[in-house]
Amino acid sequence: MRRYLPAAAIAVLAFALPPLAAATKTAYLLTQLTMSAYYVLASLGLCALMGYAGQINMGQAGFFAIGGYASAFISKLNLASRAASPFVAALDFLGLVSRGTDSYGNAYLSPSPALACLCAILLAVGVAALIGTPVLRLRGHYLAMATLGFGIVIEKIARGTNALGGADGLSSVPAFALPGGLEITGGRAARSANFTISWVVLALGLLLLVNLIGSRSGRALRALHDGEEAADAMGVDTARYKLKVFVLGAAYAALAGVLLTHYNGSIGPGEAAFMKSVRYVAIVAVGGMANLTGVLVSGLVLNFLSLRGVFGSFDDAVFGAILIAVMLIGPAGRGLAARLRPRGASAAASSAAASAAPKRGGSP
Amino acid sequence: MSLLAVDGLSRSFGGLRAVDGVSFEAQLERITAVIGPNGAGKTTLFNLIAGSLRPDSGTVVFDGEDVTGLRPYRVARKGIARTFQAIKLSGGMTALENVMIGRHVRSRSGFVSGMLAAPWTSAEERSIRDEAMKAIELLGIADYAGTRTGGLPFGIQRSVELARALASEPKLLLLDEPASGLNTRETRDLAALIDRIRGMGIAILVVEHDMSLVMDISDEVVVLDFGKKIAQGSPRDIQRNEAVIEIYLGDGDA
Repeated sequence: MRRYLPAAAIAVLAFALPPLAAATKTAYLLTQLTMSAYYVLASLGLCALMGYAGQINMGQAGFFAIGGYASAFISKLNLASRAASPFVAALDFLGLVSRGTDSYGNAYLSPSPALACLCAILLAVGVAALIGTPVLRLRGHYLAMATLGFGIVIEKIARGTNALGGADGLSSVPAFALPGGLEITGGRAARSANFTISWVVLALGLLLLVNLIGSRSGRALRALHDGEEAADAMGVDTARYKLKVFVLGAAYAALAGVLLTHYNGSIGPGEAAFMKSVRYVAIVAVGGMANLTGVLVSGLVLNFLSLRGVFGSFDDAVFGAILIAVMLIGPAGRGLAARLRPRGASAAASSAAASAAPKRGGSP
Repeated sequence: MSLLAVDGLSRSFGGLRAVDGVSFEAQLERITAVIGPNGAGKTTLFNLIAGSLRPDSGTVVFDGEDVTGLRPYRVARKGIARTFQAIKLSGGMTALENVMIGRHVRSRSGFVSGMLAAPWTSAEERSIRDEAMKAIELLGIADYAGTRTGGLPFGIQRSVELARALASEPKLLLLDEPASGLNTRETRDLAALIDRIRGMGIAILVVEHDMSLVMDISDEVVVLDFGKKIAQGSPRDIQRNEAVIEIYLGDGDA
């Protein structure tokens, strides 16, 4: 099955790159590749919404931050003084707390990162459903403005809330223990294992979206992108599908935020910043909008270069310039990748990838 | 009992009564045509039945159920399929994929099962594909099944749209000017096709400008003028109706 090749390639690389990096003494690059994978996950969620369903979200970084902050906040809660309460006891019984002593020698009892992760994603899903219901009635520029406003609100909440660390954000976020003795955490010892974890997560995230796009629901999304009136007349509940894919995109961003926060051990309000949302949009646009593989590649390359500091102090400017270039080169929002693809190849890749070039409302 | 009963349907835009107290019925295995000069309210009437517009007053009863004011996707689920005056296909999708959209109302697998590629979805997907292919073959456009519709000739695009509507296995088919933009030969083929579709146990409601097509295929003709129904009857009656001749056929069209 050709459509599964990119996900399979990512899964293979997840295991193949660490030994290769070790052999070539470039293992330090795995850190940025790990972080890139999580950022790409957020872009893939946006790709489903923007590329396939044709609805823009200029506040994707807001959902990323909701995930990261919520998971950090919850997993840092100290419930030691309430250990006797039935609720905490129940969590303990279910194995959903972690306990130990912090660096000052004080005992702590916290919700486990797995529980925090679940809560964080549910929170993001809830917020997305709440925001999405009214906002997705808007189209094109109006939807862009509204989601942009949402992103700004989240950033300001993060920056202005003392419990969330204000401008400093939250740090000392605990490692996220996974089954099999694995942990999502930074540091050299865990570097190659964490690279593998992140790329496996990325491969799975991609796989699910490839399935979705090729399914009945994916067809409905692409149809409503090309014309809501016709999709509606064929029995597609367009409002519901738009909301579902919006929530799905938010869930991807939130999961990415959770995992990167535990990996870095910290999160700051910069993750919710408008320029981060612009990045996600730029990456989807460069990838060719309705092209998961394109977004995967553009996301990995651009995030990696950015994290390596290749763009220097022009980092944000580069992404802004990319957005301008893509809009100019691909006037229909078709993106660079579609333009660069040789003629004829698009017919071969007809099924999902080449289809549904946005006709309207796909881009601001 | 009639499949579709429209009773006293009205809709105004500002001061203009686009559709004004229109009543008529459509039966299974019969072709009902709605004719009238430009601006008579034909497409508005269609949109009121299909749910794209809400009526100010009046009712639409379909298959014994009141469907007045339901959203289009709900109307579609009741068994009403339509084509559009200006073709509305997904240009980036192949003809087959477009027609597969028509099976949406006849299939169920959801978002999550789609993401997980749950075992039953592949069986359903196969049946969606097979049924869509049947509709495509019925329309004689199998050669174009794998072609993106954006690049197809106009006449073929019309057929794809019709196949998409048929793939939903409707009880009532709404055709909004199906012959517009078609040449004489294509229009003749269309007439034969509509006749065949009627034979499949489907009620057809057609808005059409091409008088020879209407007179050729219709069992019943409803004439609108300024939003009001001014006549109804067999094509033969309508051709003889003084009022109709005056407003519509009088200038030598028939």
